[in-house]
Amino acid sequence: MSLSRRSFHSLSRLGLCLLLAGIGLGAQAQPGSTVYVSSEKDKKIYMFNAKGDRIGAIDTCERPRHMVFSLDKKTMYVCCGNSNELGIIDVATNKMVRTMELGESPEIFDFNSDQSTIYVSIEDDNVMAAYDMATGKELFTVATGGEPEGIYVTKDNKFAYVTSEVANVVHVIDLNSRKVVKDIKVGKRPRRFMPAANGTELWVSDELSNSVSIIDVAGQTVKHTVVFKVKGFRDSDVMPVGLVPSLDGKSMWVGLGRANHVAEVDVATRQVKQLVLAGQRAWGLDLSPDGKTLYVANGLSDDMTLIDVSSAKARPVRTVPVGRVPHSVLVSR
Amino acid sequence: MRAGRCWWLAGCLALASAWPALQAWAATQVPVAVVSLDRDPRYAPRRAERAYPGHPTTPAIEGVRLAASDSAYELGTQDLALDVKAFTLTGPDQLNQLLQQLKAARVQHVVADLPVPLLRELARQAPAVLGSALLFNVSQDADALRGTDCLPHLLHTYPSRAMTGDALTQYLASRRWTKVLVLHGPLEDDAVQLDAFRRSAKRFGIQIVQERPFKLSGDPREKDLGNLRLLTGDRQHEVVVVIDSDGEFARTVPYATQWPRPVAGAAGLVPLAWHPQWERHGAPQLTRRFLRQTQRAMQGHDWAAWMAGRAIAAAVLAQPKAGVAAQLQALRSGAVTLDGFKGKALTFRPWDGQLRQPVFLTHGDGVVGLAPMDGVLHPTETMDTLGVDRAESACKARP
Repeated sequence: MSLSRRSFHSLSRLGLCLLLAGIGLGAQAQPGSTVYVSSEKDKKIYMFNAKGDRIGAIDTCERPRHMVFSLDKKTMYVCCGNSNELGIIDVATNKMVRTMELGESPEIFDFNSDQSTIYVSIEDDNVMAAYDMATGKELFTVATGGEPEGIYVTKDNKFAYVTSEVANVVHVIDLNSRKVVKDIKVGKRPRRFMPAANGTELWVSDELSNSVSIIDVAGQTVKHTVVFKVKGFRDSDVMPVGLVPSLDGKSMWVGLGRANHVAEVDVATRQVKQLVLAGQRAWGLDLSPDGKTLYVANGLSDDMTLIDVSSAKARPVRTVPVGRVPHSVLVSR
Repeated sequence: MRAGRCWWLAGCLALASAWPALQAWAATQVPVAVVSLDRDPRYAPRRAERAYPGHPTTPAIEGVRLAASDSAYELGTQDLALDVKAFTLTGPDQLNQLLQQLKAARVQHVVADLPVPLLRELARQAPAVLGSALLFNVSQDADALRGTDCLPHLLHTYPSRAMTGDALTQYLASRRWTKVLVLHGPLEDDAVQLDAFRRSAKRFGIQIVQERPFKLSGDPREKDLGNLRLLTGDRQHEVVVVIDSDGEFARTVPYATQWPRPVAGAAGLVPLAWHPQWERHGAPQLTRRFLRQTQRAMQGHDWAAWMAGRAIAAAVLAQPKAGVAAQLQALRSGAVTLDGFKGKALTFRPWDGQLRQPVFLTHGDGVVGLAPMDGVLHPTETMDTLGVDRAESACKARP
């Protein structure tokens, strides 16, 4: 008797939770968009609907990490760090249709504006490599500092910015002359890029300096450093990696890694507006097309946290399991 | 047409491969001396091939070379480069001659891979000849080097015995394996290590239910000392900790105890500075770079040598214009942080020159834990729960 009453209570509590979660997400549930999460140890990209229900998985090459859509959104590209390939996925059928060979331990990539050339950081060879997308041929490589990672190609196709995790610099590579034309000293272990302020700034996450360096693109210098402090965590646990801007470009969301939070930074004032709890090692992140839900991959708790960012005070609404070591999030729009 | 493209490609490749060399040629060379002992008994071929866990098998220079190459790009941006040079000491009476050689080579950064007595002497005599030169201990875990024998210019990238002992007892405590049978050897170092383990056990609430000496012997008159089943016959302990600075006896203990009990210490579960199977924090990239350079897996001593090279590069970069005194200050004050691929930014402890660092709990082919363990607390820096904290330090010679 008492057992059944207890289970009734827990059931009703669960129902209430689900109801609350439903209210929280009801406004931004978009039937069209799919959330893709690459899982490093599973050879899979998991698919979720906007509400965070798992709807399927795509078999990929080994250790899928960074993902990008083709311009027509019909194809998704994923970098496979262990099998040294670019996986090419047909979005309509959710099948990896072919792969393209890359250098050893490729991690992050970007394209020129018509996606005819892909630029990939090749972590083990310490180069940025360029490949022709039509033929798969390597076009050229540019030597970088140790462990190149983040890559950003400027919209005019003239420069590629590449972080070196070991040399603690951002290389500015002239894609015409294929040379490093400048090294910009940033924080320790720089990881990812995100342009901001209409492309006049480039934000760089410094994983071992609990900071983001803001590069002035015109002057090619660091003009500001945003330092993160999280109550209850040592600075050494605050390890920024993933970056994604809000739809209006006024805020930047930053995954703080072992500090298990994401931060919202005001792009204009550089002030940290709020910190929101996610899972363990919150790193890869992306926003829903309507800009109201933030999806955060938690690399150590093997899950993804959905954060409602529709109002000024963001709050986590749901956390769902995602395979082993989720890396990046990409939302179709 | 195809041939033309080939030539062009070959030219590019040649330029690309020559680029670091060209950079190095133009750069200001910072000499880094790696000092080793001729016929160091630790590296005797028959000894090294035993490869007891936690014992070095190959000299430190490869780790320092890798650090120089890892640092080359960042140093190159300031027109600097590390010039790693090997120096060999032939015996204790040659110390002064070695110091003169270092002086002649304008060495201000020394990586010392020496037995403890020679390391201590080198560190004591260096200031008189080399001024404020920096010295790195990359292979000795002796606590005395960080305590009563400490020196302001002597830094340690290899974890101390107190640190690895604390890592082990933290792990045992986190597993609630709190009743320990200690088997300890007859050597002088075994006695030192036994004291260190007693201290670590007390710190983390581990109860030593029995301490028993062992001796490698088949002599029937000494069977109480040499027979493992007798040594481990009482059954109140939950885990066996072997204190064996040599390693031969410890290797025989796992799976050979009277009762089914895990073995830790010098064999079985061993606390180490590095393990080539660690998968997080970018560690596989470092292990792979070392493997490419040396054709062997990176071990704790290699890591410590590499870390010393990286510390030198970081100090030089932090204070390119100032002298080594300012570099020492930058390192010992924690102003310079290092990336050791162990998941945290690492700094040197101001009070004894020891590099703070997580320690791996390992067995033959893997890592089961990384200390400091979750839940271990410290008022300022969790890594300071490993080893000798500020208030306990016996080091008087602080800069």
